[in-house]
Amino acid sequence: MKTRITELLNIEYPIIQGGMAWVAEHNLAAAVSNAGGLGLIGAGGAPAKFVREQIKKAKDKTDNPFGVNIMLMNPEADAIAQVIVEEGVKVVTTGAGNPAKYMEMWKEAGVKVIPVVASVAMAKLMERAGADAVVAEGMESGGHIGSTTTMALVPQVVDAVSVPVIAAGGIGDGRGFAAAMMLGAQAVQIGTRFVVANESIVHSNYKQKIVKAKDIDSTVTGMSHGHPVRAIRNQMTKEYLRLEKEGADFMELERLTLGALRKAVIDGDVVNGTLMAGQIAGLVNKEQSCKEIISEIMNQAEELLGNQKR
Amino acid sequence: MLERVKEIIEEQLNLEDVEITEETRFKEDLDVDSLDLFELVMAFEEEYGVEIPSEELESLTTVGAVIKYMQDKGVDA
Repeated sequence: MKTRITELLNIEYPIIQGGMAWVAEHNLAAAVSNAGGLGLIGAGGAPAKFVREQIKKAKDKTDNPFGVNIMLMNPEADAIAQVIVEEGVKVVTTGAGNPAKYMEMWKEAGVKVIPVVASVAMAKLMERAGADAVVAEGMESGGHIGSTTTMALVPQVVDAVSVPVIAAGGIGDGRGFAAAMMLGAQAVQIGTRFVVANESIVHSNYKQKIVKAKDIDSTVTGMSHGHPVRAIRNQMTKEYLRLEKEGADFMELERLTLGALRKAVIDGDVVNGTLMAGQIAGLVNKEQSCKEIISEIMNQAEELLGNQKR
Repeated sequence: MLERVKEIIEEQLNLEDVEITEETRFKEDLDVDSLDLFELVMAFEEEYGVEIPSEELESLTTVGAVIKYMQDKGVDA
């Protein structure tokens, strides 16, 4: 399927894998890119040196383009921004902030810059700053989220900017893909379904939690201090929400979550770890290869979109 | 200019009669998050016809900083 995004990024299918911290490492990114989508390495809170190693390993595993997601609150964000240029990464997506100060350096190096946005105003300002596309991410997503839903956000962003829009949040199969196209998106970003991919290094305990999750099993922590995070309900989120309700300060809550994502992803601690996942987790019910995931989504979407034209 | 800036802030954030001085900090005093800040920037730009580049946003943390930025750009109000 050809869209403005497949043309821009030189990929076969308009499916981008979310840049999830800890989860989106080189094995997953390379597998998605090899399957014709765009794999992302999620820099999360990792040091620049680690990100460089991941990029090098991904290059060994795929000749197709892949990208890096840089979380702008990372204390080493400046260094990571530089590594992206030095390693010749083709695409960068940005989260948790405003990437304007790196824009010139990236554009000069020919890096395609795609900020994740959660509002129309942010999309407009990013376009003006030189973004090649934007990811409009709804609050159905896992991990750090905004407050508008994908259904409401995507068409409003599409109307507000002339760069192509990638829809994210709540998309897990061909129906979601087709719906995103109807809203005017030129591609989708998918996270949760790739967490359970065969090639994903995520601990099997975590994968099983997603596979078994029902529609209402996720919750949002941190709303009160302006850093909402969606994860599957467990002991950790219960404790967090209790403290939050009691008015615990931000630092105390932070201590609870420190290293909690790593605990879940690497150690498989599904009790005290943060099981970041989107609302669509209820729909994700089996582990498959990235290739199977992408072709299943594309086949279903093309059938639906084909029917629509007739 | 402070009076008009106050009106814009109140309108954008749906606030009424907040005390706003040049020292008012967006984040700490008004609970403005990053998305609100983008909205405010768009509104200030529209009002004063001045473009605020995204890389400047980090330095515009107080009401006074916005007013000074506008004045430096030749806004006379």
